[in-house]
Amino acid sequence: MALPQPKLDTLEARLASLDLPNEPGCLAPARADALSRLHAAGLPVRRDEYWKYTKPDTLTAAEVTPAALLGEVEEPIFDGIDRVRLVFVDGVFDADASDDPALAGVTIERLSDVATRDIHWARDLYGVLEARGQSPVARPLAALNTAFARDGIVIHATGKAVRPVSLEYLHRSETSDALLHHLIKVDGGADLTVLEDGPAAARFTKVMEVDVAPGGAFHHVRAQGRDHERRAATHIFARLGEAATFKTFTLTMNGVLTRNDVVVELTGDDGVAHVAGACVGDGDFHHDDTVFVTHDAVGCESRQVFKKVLRNGAVGVFQGKILVKQGAQKTDGYQISQSLLLDDDSQFLAKPELEIYADDVACSHGSTSGAIDEEGLFYLRSRGVPEGEATDLMTLAFLAEAIQEIEDQRLADGILARLQGWMARRRQAA
Amino acid sequence: MLEIKNLHVKLEEEDKAILNGVNLTVEAGAVHAIMGPNGSGKSTLSYVLSGRDGYAVTDGSATLEGEDILDMEPEERAAAGLFLAFQYPVEIPGVGNMTFLRTALNAQRKARGEDEISAGDFLKLVREKAKALKIDADMLKRPVNVGFSGGEKKRNEILQMAMLEPKMCILDETDSGLDVDAMKLVADGVNALRDEGRAFLVITHYQRLLDHIKPDVVHILSEGRIIKSGGPDLALEVENNGYEGLKAEVA
Repeated sequence: MALPQPKLDTLEARLASLDLPNEPGCLAPARADALSRLHAAGLPVRRDEYWKYTKPDTLTAAEVTPAALLGEVEEPIFDGIDRVRLVFVDGVFDADASDDPALAGVTIERLSDVATRDIHWARDLYGVLEARGQSPVARPLAALNTAFARDGIVIHATGKAVRPVSLEYLHRSETSDALLHHLIKVDGGADLTVLEDGPAAARFTKVMEVDVAPGGAFHHVRAQGRDHERRAATHIFARLGEAATFKTFTLTMNGVLTRNDVVVELTGDDGVAHVAGACVGDGDFHHDDTVFVTHDAVGCESRQVFKKVLRNGAVGVFQGKILVKQGAQKTDGYQISQSLLLDDDSQFLAKPELEIYADDVACSHGSTSGAIDEEGLFYLRSRGVPEGEATDLMTLAFLAEAIQEIEDQRLADGILARLQGWMARRRQAA
Repeated sequence: MLEIKNLHVKLEEEDKAILNGVNLTVEAGAVHAIMGPNGSGKSTLSYVLSGRDGYAVTDGSATLEGEDILDMEPEERAAAGLFLAFQYPVEIPGVGNMTFLRTALNAQRKARGEDEISAGDFLKLVREKAKALKIDADMLKRPVNVGFSGGEKKRNEILQMAMLEPKMCILDETDSGLDVDAMKLVADGVNALRDEGRAFLVITHYQRLLDHIKPDVVHILSEGRIIKSGGPDLALEVENNGYEGLKAEVA
């Protein structure tokens, strides 16, 4: 089917700005497939069902909208934690700034080395989960990424990793346009934690494919950087085998535009998938969480917990779906999306969806939008807590349910500290 | 300590007068009780003094140690030494009780130009005060008032009072929803805080709380006015004759 003219124009303009990586042939077939998926779908436009709340123009344009650097340097969020640091500057791996990627039970490679080192599993996984995630909803920016991304990290966990792998994204150029594609394979019985931190680039298009084998566990905590004008379209595609665990949490502070897609497929019985996020936006801030969890096995549990704090015209979007396929009995699905609107100018747009084809399941979803609880605020103030501080305390309390989704308390504390910093800066500015 | 003169208050949203000229002076070291039937304005008085939104003062004044409190923000009143034990303590999910207590204590110290309390000293203090009120470690860890029983909530109010050491304590129907044992525990907590430099205003429907917290002066509030003041015997008179009898007598 031919694309409508506007979509075709957008696609052609964007493709003209990119070059297919010239590398040994191992990933070439996957890139070619991705390119044909992209040609079939076209780039997103506002008229697409899953883009009606978020304007994709700046994510799809050939030219990058410049993004000023924040200037002040904040210590990496996970600094107190013993971790393997892998540093990217404007989307390019910086080996000198990174730690030696040696970690017992884990092999870490660069995507560009996949072909030369003949990493079979990586070649066999590249673009596969992304392709599976294109149906029933197309995710063209992910296909574009698979076709054109040159850099990324390839991680294979064969045992319990004693330290997290931390991907740290520095933003140094006001016009950087970064594409990163990470591949993660977690074997049965293996346990891996991946952290991400930083603004990455003026425009960041990212894909992370995570394949968790039966009995494996994957934990992910990320903090999306604070640069106000940065833009990001990120995707996580995860596939879980029997009794596998997948837990991801994202903190977003600032950023003029963020679209985070998370697509999870529970393919083995008794799998557990938790997808959580907290964001705080002030002013020119648009944040979109689009989550799609598919239950295709018996006795799996999934949770989606999203909290957004919005003020001064900030916009939050949540599009979350639980799809329970035929035969996926004893599914336990939970979804909550809530916003705290700190003024009348801010907006929260939510589209929770349940689609269930099995009859013995428990699925619940809820979505709310509200202001600070005045009773609680007065209670705190009557005990001597000033209004600003009391508001922050109530705000943190609102976000707590999402932060509690982080299993590792040290990581949760890091996230909390960063939120407190954000609030303190806002209070000083006010 | 607390001086209320000709206080007139109406609801902000509607033209409904609640307090119609309350006059009341509570001296340092004294315990005053205010009794009155439903709708007489008892709770409104406590809310207006602590600075809750929704009320408009149309006339009169209220001062704490000579300072006008009606123009202060709620947190400024607290720092000045005013404390209200709520009739219905508010649940705050997500805020730990300890965090709440430490934040409140430090905020008040800061407002008074004092140093923050060290983590160690705070912990020692809170454990000591909590023990006397039979508040266990679990209650301190849980979010503020969430999942607390009626008695636990009221004990938690008294714990806050003990930690913050206010000069002027207002207890708004602290006995409501308490069984005899819980009421005794709360009363013991209050009595332990009685001090020459501290005053109490105990608001209640019933005489029974006053068996445990012995007042120096009892006032009867009716239709937004204090219609009679007297010694502790006045509470017994209410118990025997009811408010209607008293109103008839005054009229």
